[in-house]
Amino acid sequence: MVNGIVDGVLTGGVYALMAAGLTLIFGVMEVISLAQGIFVILGSYLSYSLETHFGIDLFLGLFITIPALFIVGVGVEWAFLRRLKSEERIAMSILTTYAVFIIIEGILNIVYGTNYLQLHAWYATRSVHVFGLYLPYIYLFGFLLALGLLAVMFAILYRTRFGASVRAAMQDRTAASLVGIDVRRVATITFGIGTATTAAGGIIYGATNSFDANSAEDLISRLLVIIVLGGLGSIGGALAAAVFMLVIEDWVAVVWSPDWSTVIFFVILVIVLSIRPTGLFGRQAARAQ
Amino acid sequence: MSGATAEVEPAVPLGVGQNATVRRVGIGVWTVVLVLLALFPLVVTNPTYTSIGVFTLIFMACANAWNGFSGYSGYISLGNGVFYGTGAYVLTYAALRLNMSGGWGVFWLVPLAGIGAAVVAVPFGFVALRVRRHTFVVITIAIFFVFQLLAFNLSFTGGSSGLTPPTPNWVGATFNDPFYYVAFAVLVFSILLFWGVRRSRFGLHLLAIRDDEDRARGLGVKVLRVKMIGFVLAALVTGMGGAIFAYFVGQIFPQFAYDPVFDVTVALMSFFGGIGTLSGPLLGALLLEPIEQYLTIQYSIGSVYLIIYGVLFLLVIIFMPRGLVPSIGDGMRRIRVNRTQQSAPRAAGPPVEPSRPEVPAIADGGQ
Amino acid sequence: MTDLLAVENISKSFGGLQALAGCSLTLEEGSIGGLIGPNGSGKTTLFNVVTGYVRSDAGTVLFRGRPVTAAKPDRVFSLGIGRTFQLTRIFGRLTVLENMLVATQRREGWLRSVVRGTASAAERARAMELLGFVGLTRLWDNPAGTLSYGQRKLLELAYVLVAEPTVILLDEPAGGINPTLIGEIRDRIVQLNKEGTTFLIVEHNMEFVMGLCDKLTVMDAGCAIVSGPPAEVRVDPRVLDAYLGSVEEADDDGE
Repeated sequence: MVNGIVDGVLTGGVYALMAAGLTLIFGVMEVISLAQGIFVILGSYLSYSLETHFGIDLFLGLFITIPALFIVGVGVEWAFLRRLKSEERIAMSILTTYAVFIIIEGILNIVYGTNYLQLHAWYATRSVHVFGLYLPYIYLFGFLLALGLLAVMFAILYRTRFGASVRAAMQDRTAASLVGIDVRRVATITFGIGTATTAAGGIIYGATNSFDANSAEDLISRLLVIIVLGGLGSIGGALAAAVFMLVIEDWVAVVWSPDWSTVIFFVILVIVLSIRPTGLFGRQAARAQ
Repeated sequence: MSGATAEVEPAVPLGVGQNATVRRVGIGVWTVVLVLLALFPLVVTNPTYTSIGVFTLIFMACANAWNGFSGYSGYISLGNGVFYGTGAYVLTYAALRLNMSGGWGVFWLVPLAGIGAAVVAVPFGFVALRVRRHTFVVITIAIFFVFQLLAFNLSFTGGSSGLTPPTPNWVGATFNDPFYYVAFAVLVFSILLFWGVRRSRFGLHLLAIRDDEDRARGLGVKVLRVKMIGFVLAALVTGMGGAIFAYFVGQIFPQFAYDPVFDVTVALMSFFGGIGTLSGPLLGALLLEPIEQYLTIQYSIGSVYLIIYGVLFLLVIIFMPRGLVPSIGDGMRRIRVNRTQQSAPRAAGPPVEPSRPEVPAIADGGQ
Repeated sequence: MTDLLAVENISKSFGGLQALAGCSLTLEEGSIGGLIGPNGSGKTTLFNVVTGYVRSDAGTVLFRGRPVTAAKPDRVFSLGIGRTFQLTRIFGRLTVLENMLVATQRREGWLRSVVRGTASAAERARAMELLGFVGLTRLWDNPAGTLSYGQRKLLELAYVLVAEPTVILLDEPAGGINPTLIGEIRDRIVQLNKEGTTFLIVEHNMEFVMGLCDKLTVMDAGCAIVSGPPAEVRVDPRVLDAYLGSVEEADDDGE
């Protein structure tokens, strides 16, 4: 049982990273990127190609996949999201990113076929035995990776001038542009960063699950639940929510049954939102919708 | 009545905010279309095409319903699939429990399924409609997946193998026709229902909520109730669509009845045609559904179909972000304004007309 | 004359900012009250508390002697308290007339509103009459979003009137309006007041307020410091003190 909880925490870390990217995008751009799931899978597939064709280790491959996904993110934002007018922004961003989602899904299906794949590495199947627990190496490494990348993200946000611009834009776009922040550029780069985090998620997800392009669906719904639970726009909230949900899911799977563990994910969201409509750490909706 | 001049004290206007000519044109056009649709299976007897017809009619009704709530209120729901699937399951389950043999009698269960979906909408709405708009979208997605998973896991829904509704006791080339006409009836009901909504005070409240919910509340609009009613009405129609679908297709599985693609499809159709207008979603579904069906048939598991669909989405979003109907409306108005400016200025012409820049969808595309 | 509205010791802080600190105010029935004070003194926050958009931390709001402190906006509305906003809030995509029709009659049942048409002829006539009252008749069919700022203010006033409120809280009705229009607005207020409506007006425009209000309350830093007839208030040293140091001068026009 304790093992289950620890596993939950470790996987939670990786989900937290992907969720952080998603909530960051929302916070700055008020865009809900449904494509985040398929970007993760894209990351998985890219890592797969790097591994099978070039023999590059998954983690090393990140040096390629992270920039690659960053560029993809920037490209998508620049080509499509930029044009969205603020009227109906939420809905339009959902549909736009959904369109991107299915296009990439179609392409991946064609390029890689529809068979399930899984990433391989020596650490993917072995565990380290510590404190009487079995910790799969992959989860451990993944957690450390997530921590590392989140630390980098926080460093950027809180230590750099760019990060300050991002935080300003998250608070109030108009005010930010009034003090000279190029909000559009901030938005583009933020979307790139948010997308780039999926590369990391991609290798962990790909190594611990057999995946195909369709897996993106389940993935994005979980990520959405996590960011809403944590409060849209709150990175700390996304972190807490990710770990929380994953731990509960694992616990339910062990204590009750694996079938119901996925349901619990959504049920918890519904319960929490009924009590606290802005999520656990959401900003109070002071302004009108 | 438009045409209130600046000089003369206008008579109390009858048609609120809707240009009467546009409205008449809209009614005329859609009456013709509906008549054509009614005659379609008599003229085109190829079952492939009538099958496409059945789906098209179902989607027209469901897109109309989706827009009737989400389009008017601004609360974008990506969980209407809950109602579709619930309608499908209610019909099938009821038919099996009542030991019905396949026949016309099963169609009587369609309204029942609609009511079942509407009942589901009440707790669903009660939870979901009290949150902010962004959160609302996500919670509809979440609740959708809850239902899909419940369908997988509960025994009375048949688990992952689903349920099989009774097989209809008619066969032959005209097999599709009864489904077609029942779907047609539901479509007409849907159109009349949401047309009525649009013209009612209730509809006005929905639109006000879209523009400024807090202000509406401050003016005495019972916001939660209004939203709930809209939501339930949309559920009613969508549930009926799902029920017809179940009987038509003859087998329902959880991921088939609760299909996430459905959610986005009805939203896309409404956006494509013009969200917030009555004609828009109908037109969107009328155009898109046959295309989707055709692509599915041609390219079967079509990942190509996914790509084409996605590209189509993006093109619409980039070039016609307000959808077909408003864009056409804009185009027509531009032509009319040009013509007015060319001919001698008429004293009776409403002086305000040229000053309407971005006329939003509801003001002109009401029909 | 009884106090229609009374605010007692209202406090409200937002995070670290104390917007209202023990603020008290009374408004007599049938009068026109003015609420003035430098920027940031808490005037709009007070309005928000009274009309239910913001929940106070402490204190009571009394309407006709009965506490309505934490009432939500729709309850406040049903009690007969109307309110306009500084940054006009109208329904941009609805036409001017539709904006008017959104304000339901106070006693209407919700079920009926589903099945009824948008408005009965009588309601429509009344809406047009009110539009005429504020001079917006010929714009009845325009989307409200196309109105100029001044026109929006008039529209707001008009639709607040639909429900025939007992008291109207006006938040900067003259702000950003050209002088001729200001005169019209003032005339309307006077006319409505003669017919029995009580007013409480927040304003920066001293001319507007001095000539119009029966009683002025001056706020500074979250509480009311002086209250009384305009002639007394304007020479009270505490008032001049409150305004000293603020950029705008007392006899400048609006914004």
